[in-house]
Order: sequence, then C-alpha cells, then structure tokens
Amino acid sequence: MASFSDDLDQFRSEVAAFIAEKCPQKLRDMPANERTICWGGKRFNFSCDEQRIWMENAAEVGLTAPRWPTEYGGAGLSRAQEKIFREEMAKANAPSPLESFGLWMLGPALLAFGTHEQKLKYLPEITNGRVRWCQGYSEPGAGSDLASVQTRAEDKGDHWVVNGSKIWTSYANKADWIFALVRTDREAPKHKGISFMLIDMEAEGVSTKPIKLISGASPFCETFFDNVTVPKTDDEGNSRIVGELNRGWDVAKHLLTHEREMIGGGGSGAAGGILGSRSLGAFIDTLDETLMDDPVIRSQTMELEIDTLAMGMTLERYKDMAKQGGVGHASAMLKYAGTELNKRRYEVLMSITGSEGVEWDGEHGSLAPEWLRTKANSIEGGTSEVMLDILSKRVLELPSS
Amino acid sequence: MVTSLVPTEDEVMLRDAARGFLQESSPVSAFRANRDAGRTYDSGLWKEMAQMGWTGVLLPEDAGGSDMGHRAAGILSEEMGEVLAASPFISTAVMAATALKGAANDRLTGIADGSSIYALAVDEGPKHAPLRTGLKAEKSGNAFRLSGRKVFVADGAAATRVLVLARTAGSPGEAEGLTLFDLDADRAGLSRSAKHTIDERDHAQLDFDAVEATGDDVVGEVDGGMAALATALKAGQAALSAELLGVSAGAFGMTTGYLKERKQFGRTIGSFQALQHRAAHLFSEIEITASAIANAGRMMDESPEDAEIAVSIAKARATQTAKLAVSEGVQMHGGIGMTDEFDMGFFMKRARVGAEWLGDYGYHAARVAAARSF
Repeated sequence: MASFSDDLDQFRSEVAAFIAEKCPQKLRDMPANERTICWGGKRFNFSCDEQRIWMENAAEVGLTAPRWPTEYGGAGLSRAQEKIFREEMAKANAPSPLESFGLWMLGPALLAFGTHEQKLKYLPEITNGRVRWCQGYSEPGAGSDLASVQTRAEDKGDHWVVNGSKIWTSYANKADWIFALVRTDREAPKHKGISFMLIDMEAEGVSTKPIKLISGASPFCETFFDNVTVPKTDDEGNSRIVGELNRGWDVAKHLLTHEREMIGGGGSGAAGGILGSRSLGAFIDTLDETLMDDPVIRSQTMELEIDTLAMGMTLERYKDMAKQGGVGHASAMLKYAGTELNKRRYEVLMSITGSEGVEWDGEHGSLAPEWLRTKANSIEGGTSEVMLDILSKRVLELPSS
Repeated sequence: MVTSLVPTEDEVMLRDAARGFLQESSPVSAFRANRDAGRTYDSGLWKEMAQMGWTGVLLPEDAGGSDMGHRAAGILSEEMGEVLAASPFISTAVMAATALKGAANDRLTGIADGSSIYALAVDEGPKHAPLRTGLKAEKSGNAFRLSGRKVFVADGAAATRVLVLARTAGSPGEAEGLTLFDLDADRAGLSRSAKHTIDERDHAQLDFDAVEATGDDVVGEVDGGMAALATALKAGQAALSAELLGVSAGAFGMTTGYLKERKQFGRTIGSFQALQHRAAHLFSEIEITASAIANAGRMMDESPEDAEIAVSIAKARATQTAKLAVSEGVQMHGGIGMTDEFDMGFFMKRARVGAEWLGDYGYHAARVAAARSF
C-alpha cells in the first residue's frame, strides 16, 4: 500500500499525481450526475469500466475512506489531508471513487461502537466496494417518532427471528446487507428495547418493494422481514449486533447526528447536480444574459449566493469543531439550514430555467427530478421541525411543555 | 483557503478577557447611563481600552501597538457589540490604523496610546458610495483647498483628526482622481455638526469651506486615494460585521433568557413550540453568520488583497442576522420589548445604524455577485 506524506504541501502533490495517474481521463471528462455515482456492491452495474478502475485504484490505497484507519481499509488521513484530497479531486474533475451507506453510516457506527473483530470483518469490504449496505430505520408507524419502531427480533437461543417492515430504505433492492433498528425487548421503555442489528439481504424471508416518488425515481423501498433467521454470531464468532443488546438507540442517535451533518453538507441527493462546481451566477451566464436584468431573479440569486458561501464556511467550521471535541446536538442546525438552503437553490434554478426546466429530460437534463428530490431533504434524517425541536430543547435548553 | 475558522487558544483567551472586562466596565446599563447623560461614548472606557492594547490591535509593536490582527479586532468588536459598548474603536483603531499603516510613526503612536480619535469621512449621500465622492480638493500651488460636505461621519464630533476622501480629478462615480487627506479636526474652515442618531452614538456632518491642506496631509498618492482607503474600508467592514454579530448575540441572549422565565397561560413561554422554533431558527442564522465573520477576519489577516468577497459576505449576513435578531427579540418579549425601560430597543437601533454604515445589504450583495461573476 502506498503511503502518503504528512507534510501537507508534499501530500498535495502526491495525491494530485495519484489522481492524474489513477483516475482515467474518460471518467473525468464525463459530466457528474446521479448516474455517475459509484455505489459498489455485489450487484452493482458500473456505468463504465473506468468507473470500476477508479474505485479499485482508490480502494487499494484506502482513498475510498480517507479518514478511516488503514487497518480497516482506510487511508488514515488527517482532516487537513482529506480536505486537500477533495480539493485536488475537484480540481481534476475526478468523481468520488465510491459512495455508500456503508461509508456514510455503518462505518462510522462500527468505528464508534463495534468490536475490533467486527471492524476487521465489515469495514474493508465497504472500502473496497464489494458490499453495499442500506439503512433500516423508519417504519410505516415510526417516522419522526423513530424510537417507536415495531420490527421485532425474538430470541430463539442461538438466533433471532425478525418480523416486521421498514420503509424509506434507500436502494434496499440493490443492497447486499442492511443495518436495522429492531425491538429486542418489548417490555422495556421504548428507547431501551432497541438493538442495532446487521442482516443479510439474501436471507430467507427478506423482500423489498420500490416506492415510486414524485420525482419519478425509486431510490427508496419498503423492506419486509417475514420470519427472517439472523444468527446471533457469525462463523467467525462476531455478534450481529453493534454495540450492546437493547442499547441500539445510542448507536442510532450517533448515526443520526452523522447523517444530519452529511445531509446538511450536501450529500444524499442534495446540491451539486446541475451546478456541479459552478457558481449559480456562472450557470446563469450559460442560459441567457438578459435573465439577470430581472430584478427579482437577480436579488434572489445574490442572496442565495451569499447564504450558500456562508453555509459552506459553516460546514468547514463545524467539521473542524467536530474534530476538536464535537458539536453535539448543534449538528441539527447544519441539517436544518443546509436542506432548507438546498430547497431554495432549486426553486431559484427552476425559476431561472423557466419553461425549459419543466421537462422531464430536456435541455437541463435531470433538473426537474433533482428539484423534486430536494423536497425530501428537509424530511429524511429528521424533519426541519424535529431539528428545530432538538435545537430548542438540547442546545438552547428551552423548557419542555 | 484560510486556516481553520475555529478559534485558536489565544483567541479564546482574548475573548474571555474582553468579555470579563466589558461586563465589568461597560454593561448595557453603562450605555443607558451614557445615553441619559447625552454622552456618545465614554472617554474613560476608551483610555482603558488603550491601556489593554485594543487601540493598537492592528499596529506594529514599534508604534506602540499590540499587532494582534484583524481576527482579534473582530473578536473585540463582537464583544463590544454584545454589550453595546460605544467607542471610536472601528473608526480609529481599525480603519485609521489600517489606512495609515505606512504613515509617520507619530500618527500611529497617537492611535495606539488612545490620544488620537479618528473619524473617516467618506459618504456624501444617504447610501455608502465612496466612488461618488464629489467633495473637491482644488490644487493651488503646493497646497489643496477642500470644499464640500460629508455626512454620516462616525465619531466625527469627538474626533481629533479626520481622514477625508476628496476629489482631486475626474467626476463623481469614477474610481480615479480621489485623494485621501489626514487633517486635524480643528483646521480652519472645517465645521462639524453632531447629528442625534437613533443609536445615540457620535455621528456628524462635516462641512468643508476652503479648508487648506498640504502635500504632507495626503495619505498615499494624489489621485490614488482609493488604493490607500480600500483595505481600511474592508477592515472596518469586517470589524463592523463582527460588532453586528455581537449585537445579534446580545439580543438573542436576552430573548432566550426571557423565554425561560416569562410565564403566560400558566406555562413558561419558552415551552411553546411556536416560540421555540423561532428561537432555533435565529440560532441557526447566528451560527452561519459567525462563520462568515471568522472567515472575513482570517482572510484580512492572511490575504487582505483577496478579502473583498469574504468581507462582503460577512457584512451582508451580519446586517440581515442582526435585523432578524432584534425584530424577533422585540416580538418574543411582547409589550415590554417596546418600552424604553427595557434594553432590547437599544440593540434594534444600533443594528439599524450598523446596517447602513460602510455599505448596506444591497451594496455588499452586489459586490459578492460581481466577484462571483454575475
């Protein structure tokens, strides 16, 4: 495995050279959109050979998970190095080598709550793109009130039997494994009887049904568990539960905080899209130079540009704060403000593209579906209203009623 | 990219020290006492600031300064904003100190030791517009004769010296042909009339009637005044943004405090979700603006020539956030928020003046738009 220099200037040139050599030019010339995201997994269809090559090349040196320890398949980079890596990728127009719920969610959960053996088993197959995970949290009766999950796992001695259903499981129909919140103690208070369980999607009794959204896409599924047998330990003796039995809510809360930072930061279907790395202004220039003569559009665009840049600084500041000791519940602010901003951005984009923007697959490609998709940003991972509740109770310490 | 926006240990110490000092020496009740006595600022407080090195925050040590930089100046401004401490800090210690950095040492030591109070006279109309300067400085031999009017000159009545932007060539609207003069405030032909502004601070109208100036009074180059002034304006805008962030935080702190103690309908009003969500939204806006303020300070320290967009984002955000914080502050306090007896109105009035000084939201939004190529 190649090792990178700790000296930041030298690291920058090393990683730039790595990208230039290892990320095929063809991939860098392709416009970035939903279809060019590399998700990995056993059943993944690479959009082209170059996409697979870049994923494998990056995984080889741990750069699919830059901050994770090298023993678990990461590159062991510092936060400053990771920043530089992302900057250099943007400069070279190189796409992210791999995205997945394993990288975003399960990995951070295992790193915080897993045993060394669990990490050794599950993390490298995430970083090398071989296993794709999905998240089983929400249920038809447990949305904002997530802790009321009813999917239950019954203790049958050496295994669990799982029954119930999950909803809004992203890409469950394409995932290999699911990490799910299941009720393992039905007598305990609702936060105290939940466990964080790892379930093989190929197990007997697991089925999925895609949900068609207003955007026309079906990124989410319903996932059903019908007498699914989950061994308590796998062949190597690893528990299928992350963290302690019945303490899955602690893991879930940790992950929700993580998810909030990510969604606020523009992951998971947010931002990017049609703009890529362009400013709103630069995009508008490509449309029609008289657009900016409209004082309302001009004013909305200027406000949006200011707020976008300030939000970007805030994300950086919070990431640095997180590194130095945590931001706690204030991450709800990133989620709230970031998603509301993204919705505003797409409203303006729809407004400036006018009648050209309302076609499903017209001049501006997937703009309309992207716009529709943003409406979920302030619902998924906790609604804006739940975020405001968290901020008022946990950060501002306003009284409960 | 600037270094981390998270404060350094030194910055945390500076903030703690400033906060401790201001809470002791200049709480909002001191501002009220000054207002009631008709004092626009407290000269004793200014002397103490000088003794602590605040007046020399941007000056080199050989001029008696403490050379702490723009981020530090922002932290001080923010803390002053939070308790509404009125002083000529931004005019003198930030803008004049920056504009005069290359000038003779005696000018700088006067700033550092607190004996000089500077005012910056730029605007001639109700909106900030340096390039629209029309005040004439006519050349006669080796000297200049300045005639015209400057308005909304912060600290203009108390100032011992005035930095004035005058037109030596060209016509209003042009960047070329402007010259910056550094004059003593009691020079013949210069009359100053204090304006009673809503924030109860020192703002004056300055009338120049054939005021004599020499080449020695020119800061930077003749006809090249904007070069001398541009960085100083950015420094002032960055510090003022920080002050407005402090004003927002001060108003917000009062408001959340009130939400936790006021009872209606048999409940603490802070338990009502309608108010909780307004408070939480305001918290978010303040946090985002705080990043823009820190970034502007860092950029001014690390790369001042590229700092314009960072400063304008800061001033634009700070203006809007302060407006929101004080409006929500009054609304969430209910009737008491409208009374003079209560302090919230002071924050509202300072926020309004701060919104206009050194460029309003539209002025800075347009600069961001230009820098982002639209």
